[in-house]
Amino acid sequence: MSLVAQSPGFLATVQDAGRFGYQRFGVPVSGPMDAFAHATANRLVGNDPGAAALEFAYSGPVLEARADCVVALAGVGFALEVDGAPHAAWMAVRARAGATLSVVSAQRAGWGYLAVSGGIDNPPVMGSRATYTRASFGGLEGRPLREGDLLPIGANRAVIDPAGTSLPEVYRPAYTLHPLLRVISGPQQDAFTAEGWQAFTGSAYTLTTTADRMGYRLEGQPVAHRTGADILSDGIVFGAVQIPSSGQPIVMMSDRQTAGGYTKIAVVIRADLPLLAQCQPGISQVRFQPVTVEEAQRAYRAQMAALRQGIQQPLEEYEYYASA
Amino acid sequence: MASDVWPIFTPAGDSAVLVQFGDSIDPRINARVHRLAAGIARAGWAGFGEPVPAYTSLLVNYDPLALDYREAAQKIESLLPKIEDGRVETGARLVEIPVVYGGEEGPDLDDVADAHGLSAGEVIRLHGEAEYLVYMIGFTPGFPYLGGLDERIATPRRASPRTLVPAGSVGIAGQQTGIYPLASPGGWQIIGRTPLSLFDPGREPPSLLAPGDRVRFVPVERAP
Repeated sequence: MSLVAQSPGFLATVQDAGRFGYQRFGVPVSGPMDAFAHATANRLVGNDPGAAALEFAYSGPVLEARADCVVALAGVGFALEVDGAPHAAWMAVRARAGATLSVVSAQRAGWGYLAVSGGIDNPPVMGSRATYTRASFGGLEGRPLREGDLLPIGANRAVIDPAGTSLPEVYRPAYTLHPLLRVISGPQQDAFTAEGWQAFTGSAYTLTTTADRMGYRLEGQPVAHRTGADILSDGIVFGAVQIPSSGQPIVMMSDRQTAGGYTKIAVVIRADLPLLAQCQPGISQVRFQPVTVEEAQRAYRAQMAALRQGIQQPLEEYEYYASA
Repeated sequence: MASDVWPIFTPAGDSAVLVQFGDSIDPRINARVHRLAAGIARAGWAGFGEPVPAYTSLLVNYDPLALDYREAAQKIESLLPKIEDGRVETGARLVEIPVVYGGEEGPDLDDVADAHGLSAGEVIRLHGEAEYLVYMIGFTPGFPYLGGLDERIATPRRASPRTLVPAGSVGIAGQQTGIYPLASPGGWQIIGRTPLSLFDPGREPPSLLAPGDRVRFVPVERAP
């Protein structure tokens, strides 16, 4: 069982939940830019939420299914056509062997995820199928999808035929072009002047076109340091907002290095990382709002509960109980 | 800052605790980082992710669906007495790294020697005599941040970085010495090259060196 790439789309890479356990050796976590959309696409087709799926940016791929399967598309600004028939995103769709799966992109698309029942089954590297292109490992030999590539698909373990399963919009993050991002201050908030903190929390920052899987550079009112921008390198989490000496924030994303030597004024909360990931380079303006760790964790737990509880099974599909 | 304020616990977002043991590059501070990392790994607590060691701090990841910040911090704190009295073994080793100095493998060896009024042989001797500490690994997969370079051969980076430094290149940049695990652009003064593979994604563990290890460079002749 496999999918074959007829057209690769843009920056299409295999991503699972991420490569954990090797950061102490300098190996980045990688994994999806929008973890919510990635996990949802997987759940909709009956996979483990951390299964390997295809991620792409702005322009999606065209694939041929080489066997019967169920697929789901999630993300912002994409829809799916199966043999020319349109289907909404955030819904599982059945595809027969030989079907053409075309990901259709809106003018303002962000990151999209195509999950297939059984998951993409490329060989794991350091325990993960995630692609890290900078060091060329994981996924398809550590590189983006090319025309003609074959994506092996694992055995489908879903008990219920998931086709028709969906996640209604009300249960998804409130994706928007200009999001308000909640942040937790620190770990080096005291490296900044009071004016610097006010600029950071009181003004809007534009996402520049220097935005990739490693980091998103923002531009706006400079954030002033009290002393300097450099610290002894320490570990970096997804969403950490580094402020180099220019005073312009850089938010560290999926392919971030494991440690860095710039002061970090704050960290974007996990529940709001999908909103940031889906921003439009050169267009989106973001604002930062400080919250407590407790508020952040409540928001994340609520988001995960919405994902679990919000998935709607179509009643008429119960006739498709698998023989297993 | 008074030494009794350490360690300092800070949230690093909603899914990690940053534990800082100091604010200077010091082998004793760094040893606490590695002992705490080993202690957490050994404890195997549910809901804890991997700890990421750095010069003076340990980033401890945890799952916010399983733990809140206070619970995570308290668990980490409970290990501190063991860290301080040295009851935690880190498994750190002494690793010998063979290096071919000079020539094609070390194109900047003569420049480094000239900068200090030394002979190439003296640079090799000073570089090979010291024992280095792997404070942390980062920047790129398998890249060791080594401390312990003899000040007599500390040399600024090259004025213009090379577009490609071969994997295994051993270099000097200011007070640091290091090894390029993968071919990459770089501005370090390259004095030699090791035939050992510092990083191999297909190997377990993938990195030749681990944080906390000690390193010695052993001069060898080019293989015939």
